[in-house]
Amino acid sequence: MSGAELVVFLEAAVRLGIPLALAALGETISERSGVINIGLEGSIIAGALGGALGALAFESAGLGVVAGAAAGLAVAAVFAAFAIGIGADQIITGTAVTIGGLGMTGAVYQARFGATGTELSLPTLQAVPIPVLERIPVVGSPLFAQAPTAYLAYLLAPALWYWLFRTPAGLELRAVGEAPDAAKAAGVRVRRVRVLATMFGGALAGIAGAHLALAHAGTFAENMSAGKGFIAIAVVVLGRWNPLFVLLAALFFGAASALQFFLQALGYDLPYQLFLALPYLITLAALAGWVGRARAPAALALPWDSE
Amino acid sequence: MRSCSRAEGARLPDGLRIRRYEPVLIAFGSVALTALAGAALLLLGGYDPVAAGAAMLRGSVGSWSTFVSITLVRSVPLVLCGLAVALAFQAGVWNIGAEGQLYAGAIAGVSVGLYGASLPAALLVPAVLLAALVGGGVWAVVPTIMRVRLGVGEVITTILMNFVGIYLAAYMVHGPLQEARGVFPQTDPIAPAARLPGLIPGSRLHVGFALALLIAAGAWVVLRHARFGFQLRAVGASPEAARVSGRIDTRRILVVSFLLSGAIAGLAGGVEVAGLTYALYEDLSPGWGYTAIAVALLAGLDPLGVVVAGILFGALQAGAGAMQRDAGIPAAWVGVVEALVILAVLGLDRVRRSRAKDRR
Repeated sequence: MSGAELVVFLEAAVRLGIPLALAALGETISERSGVINIGLEGSIIAGALGGALGALAFESAGLGVVAGAAAGLAVAAVFAAFAIGIGADQIITGTAVTIGGLGMTGAVYQARFGATGTELSLPTLQAVPIPVLERIPVVGSPLFAQAPTAYLAYLLAPALWYWLFRTPAGLELRAVGEAPDAAKAAGVRVRRVRVLATMFGGALAGIAGAHLALAHAGTFAENMSAGKGFIAIAVVVLGRWNPLFVLLAALFFGAASALQFFLQALGYDLPYQLFLALPYLITLAALAGWVGRARAPAALALPWDSE
Repeated sequence: MRSCSRAEGARLPDGLRIRRYEPVLIAFGSVALTALAGAALLLLGGYDPVAAGAAMLRGSVGSWSTFVSITLVRSVPLVLCGLAVALAFQAGVWNIGAEGQLYAGAIAGVSVGLYGASLPAALLVPAVLLAALVGGGVWAVVPTIMRVRLGVGEVITTILMNFVGIYLAAYMVHGPLQEARGVFPQTDPIAPAARLPGLIPGSRLHVGFALALLIAAGAWVVLRHARFGFQLRAVGASPEAARVSGRIDTRRILVVSFLLSGAIAGLAGGVEVAGLTYALYEDLSPGWGYTAIAVALLAGLDPLGVVVAGILFGALQAGAGAMQRDAGIPAAWVGVVEALVILAVLGLDRVRRSRAKDRR
């Protein structure tokens, strides 16, 4: 592989890894509070549509990202109302939210742009190269000539790590995820913490979706989230619920997805559909080989009732 | 992901049992709530809910032939996948992978139907269905092993296997199994001897519907009256209690119910191919494996209830086409309706739980 090819590969790896990183970082926070949000996929697709519509309405990709975050948050609010508000099963609620999110975005998109999908031309998120850093050999331009949403992910990972493990609020959140009854006895408002953590996760998933629409494709397509919400949940496990490792796991996963472009560029004639399946297989293998010793938050996925 | 294996989180099966009439009340209430919420959303979207409802009824139960040839035909994979999901959920196995298992079963079934053409129909049809069962079961093997051996929760692994299954089917119809002409991404039609016979003359309804009813009845009997069914429900209610009792091999029950669930979902794929399409396509399933979750929940995880709920969702999908054609409402609304059904069941189950608590 020549240096130029390597740079192209790394650039694709980072570009594909960023939406996963954003969604997975948010999910890390909600899982640390004891909430597994399978509805993440619904937040991502809502964020993609919200981002597209927002960018069109405000004629600004930046405001599109804000709209995407709001859409992701709204979907997470529905999830939180059921899974936390009335203590319904998190897996089933999340599945419903994902099905509903995919259906709703498809319906709104078809109503707005027609079933065939008129070509959307959206204001796109431009890459903003960071001076000096982008000149680092090999990794410079893949990492530091990306859309601003990428830098958000780079900054969030250490910030969230610090917040989770070095601040009293972070400790409270982890306590809620490990031992909600004890946290309650210590005066922590369990439901409130979980709702806020879930909403934070939904907003980040919405930004991830907006990134898909505005930085990758420059358009919206039905089901364009293509399971990224589920992969993000696997990424959280791979990253062992630690924001720093989660960022690395997301980039690793981006690299797995970028392999297809790379191997095609090298001239291997491998079937395209099998390549599309590759990231899911790698995730399965990684879960099988790696997770055995990782420990999830003790109260993850358990509804909590204050009695 | 320990707790994702939901060892102790079997809240829903536990919650949905108890008084016998309550699941029925919840089901009817959920349908009513969904209709109300759906109508409100349609209004918000600027549509006429009455016209939508009328189009939906016309397209699903407007005439006997519509009902039989569209609604009941649509309901076959939904009933089978719903049974697969209900069985797994009853055992506390969170199999979200019916979609991938369905594709695996369809691939296996269509392969036998294509390459076994020399066999007589009396052998070929059972061989196709058996292959579909095995294909679906095989698709559940990896998540099963990861759950019982490695402690990795099946929610994520079954979802990941869905994508692998869908892309494998896409690869098959673009590659090894593509039609001889090599034009469209689909297989050649399977041998006539591999096709399921019709059930009602003059309609598209095939024997697969009767098969689905038979399996539902069998599952009902086993769950209610057989030792295995009792053990399965015990494991689902509390794996810890089942293990401590010393009389139930919890792991064996988990493995068997998980694989059985996969096999039934696989059968859905085989039946669809052998009974209706006669070929494998890329988009064979519009997400039946996921819709099946709504079917199973609305049925209160009861196999006979799954038949009713499956037909209801079959009518919904049949009606959605008419709704799009006649009232200009995007068919994607079906997804919203499915989500509303699940949320309504969850909400009403919560009401039931808190009332049960008050009674105590």
